Amino acid sequence: MSGILFHNVRLIDPASGLDQNASLLVQGGVIADHGSALGRPDGAEVIDGEGAVLCPGLVDMRVEVGEPGGEYRENIPSAALAAAFGGITTVAALPDSKPAIDDPALVRLLRTRGEETGSLTVHPYGALTRGCRGEELAELGLLREAGAVAFTDGARAIGPAKLMRLALTYARMFSAVIVQHPEEPSLAAGGAATEGELATRLGLPGIPAAAEALMVARDIALARLTGGAVHFAHVSTAAALELIRRAKHEGLRITCDTAPPYFDLNETAIGNWRSYAKLSPPLRADADRQAVAAALADGTIDAVASDHQPRDPDDKRLPFAQAAPGGAGLATLLGITLAQVHNGTIPLPRALAMLTAAPARILGLSCGTLAKGAAADLTLFDPERAWRVTAGALPGRAQNTPFDGRALEGRVLGTWKAGRQVFGANA
Amino acid sequence: MAIHSRHLLAIEGLHPPQIAAMLDLAESYVLLSRTGTTPRDRLRGRTLINLFFEDSTRTRTSFELAGKRLGADVINMPVATSSVNKGETLLDTASTLNAMNCDLLVIRHASSGAPALLARKVDAAVINAGDGTHEHPTQALLDALTIRRRLGGLQGLVVAICGDILHSRVARSNIHLLSAMGSRVRVVGPPTLIPPEAERLGIEVFHDMKAGLAGADVVMALRLQQERMTGGLVPSTREYFRFFGLDAEKLAYAKPQALVMHPGPMNRGVEIASRVADDPDRSVIREQVEMGVAVRMAVLDMLAHAGIPGGPRP
Repeated sequence: MSGILFHNVRLIDPASGLDQNASLLVQGGVIADHGSALGRPDGAEVIDGEGAVLCPGLVDMRVEVGEPGGEYRENIPSAALAAAFGGITTVAALPDSKPAIDDPALVRLLRTRGEETGSLTVHPYGALTRGCRGEELAELGLLREAGAVAFTDGARAIGPAKLMRLALTYARMFSAVIVQHPEEPSLAAGGAATEGELATRLGLPGIPAAAEALMVARDIALARLTGGAVHFAHVSTAAALELIRRAKHEGLRITCDTAPPYFDLNETAIGNWRSYAKLSPPLRADADRQAVAAALADGTIDAVASDHQPRDPDDKRLPFAQAAPGGAGLATLLGITLAQVHNGTIPLPRALAMLTAAPARILGLSCGTLAKGAAADLTLFDPERAWRVTAGALPGRAQNTPFDGRALEGRVLGTWKAGRQVFGANA
Repeated sequence: MAIHSRHLLAIEGLHPPQIAAMLDLAESYVLLSRTGTTPRDRLRGRTLINLFFEDSTRTRTSFELAGKRLGADVINMPVATSSVNKGETLLDTASTLNAMNCDLLVIRHASSGAPALLARKVDAAVINAGDGTHEHPTQALLDALTIRRRLGGLQGLVVAICGDILHSRVARSNIHLLSAMGSRVRVVGPPTLIPPEAERLGIEVFHDMKAGLAGADVVMALRLQQERMTGGLVPSTREYFRFFGLDAEKLAYAKPQALVMHPGPMNRGVEIASRVADDPDRSVIREQVEMGVAVRMAVLDMLAHAGIPGGPRP
């Protein structure tokens, strides 16, 4: 049987703590072996990594794939292109599509659409409530059986405390995590930017940073009451992170992620009415950005997700308050995260843990590891190689990056899905 | 301490000899009912008033029949459409009934504790025929009699009560009675339908039918009220049936000859499959109805005379 021998690579497997210059052998689509003295089996292709990093294919736990209902902004094949460019081989797809993923048949559809790409595994989230309308629980049990990895209403916060309590109680039966968009809806309604001096100068309706901490505090109390598991998505404020830090210390089932804009950009990015930097939650004051970076380093933040939200130019070429929030993120997830390695905030293995093993663990997935026998989902990247982000020239349909023009160090050289190269020089 | 002997307000607090005495007397009434030889003079001259603040057909009819088989004068007060709707309080109703000198007062009410309140204000013996989500003592007695006749006793049995425990007065009465008589009680249902601190009642809690029914001698399905769905506690009937509906597949987790029970009325295809409900080898649901009349005869008989014997001496 033929195979692929990666040699002269720095193998980093955060799941096992492995970090060494060695070789890795792929056979039959799975990782057959790795070590420093691997021979070349007959017929195996040899890839000389020239010292580049080989790690598990990235696991992105927060992606809007555009299907169903938003295909003109992004669809699963186009998202798969952007993902492969970004070294991502597994995504968790948000359910607040049109229609929402509140029926088992839709869960199966998205999984199949992912399989059809041959390059990207799509794990759908199930809608927590019917139509993601925040009223009554969706059929969590049947959605779970169909393959929903966790439950959320996507970009919509689970508002009523009673509903969140019910969801956490009911989901316990399936050991399922509830993913919250932590923003108190009554404080956030109508807001376009973080409340503060900049929003005041621009005359934009504000969303106080406290809207996030309020929801986080409430849900921590409900997790304590119910014994349920809450995951807070794209956490962006110091106050919320402090609450999460304490809840974890208490031993509650609380996890969280953040997205690259929240440790790389601050609210000044919306200056000059740049609607591509209009996100939800909004970009924050720099003190909050620094707190997010610190939480990457101290482990309060478990995972980094792209929070890929495809938007059409027509969604963005509007007066700022009317423009749709959301940024494209698949292509830049690794590069922006590596900036925190280059500036000394976090070591490289810690960065990769937040992009592989941690999201897989939170969602109960078997991917995100270089263990022998695991599917050969692999990313080869040169952490030093420079490139520039250019809106309009990104892979996939969505071009609404908030990082337009940004120079990055760290570029994916190749991506493999189950042993098949899906991105890179020879793909 | 013999506070329950003059009334039957709850199973909780009754002592095993009291429960056994009611079941023993009921047992004798089963045979007499079947042969049409019940003692019609037993409650002659006694008045039984059925005071049902909640709609009920089976329980009211069962009490009516029980009273008539023992010769009582039975009055059904349609309180749902009477003076209560004109604003009369429960205690005013009690005082009115007291003035009528009735002997036995059977009450069903949507509020937990309403029969206990009434019992403090009337001279009649009060029988709780279901109060809110608190207790339904005669249902538990008839369930126990059904099980005892089929399986020979209650000691050491594993009984799985499945479904909406949170809102079920039947479940609460059964938990108290079966535990007192030495059975091991489990409740099985979605976490949203299990009351907080349920383990404190001395029972085991399961959220999975496979684990909850394993080795059970008796499987009791409870009615899922339609309003639980609109209240959001359960997403849909199809999901409920998938995980908690008692069908042949799930029943197979229990002991091979496990009894199937249901307090009625059944939602077929929601909490129980017709194939199971109608299985003559397993289902004792119709027998439960027959036992209901016998148990109520025994309760009326005792309360109209000396009360329920077997309680602790004061």
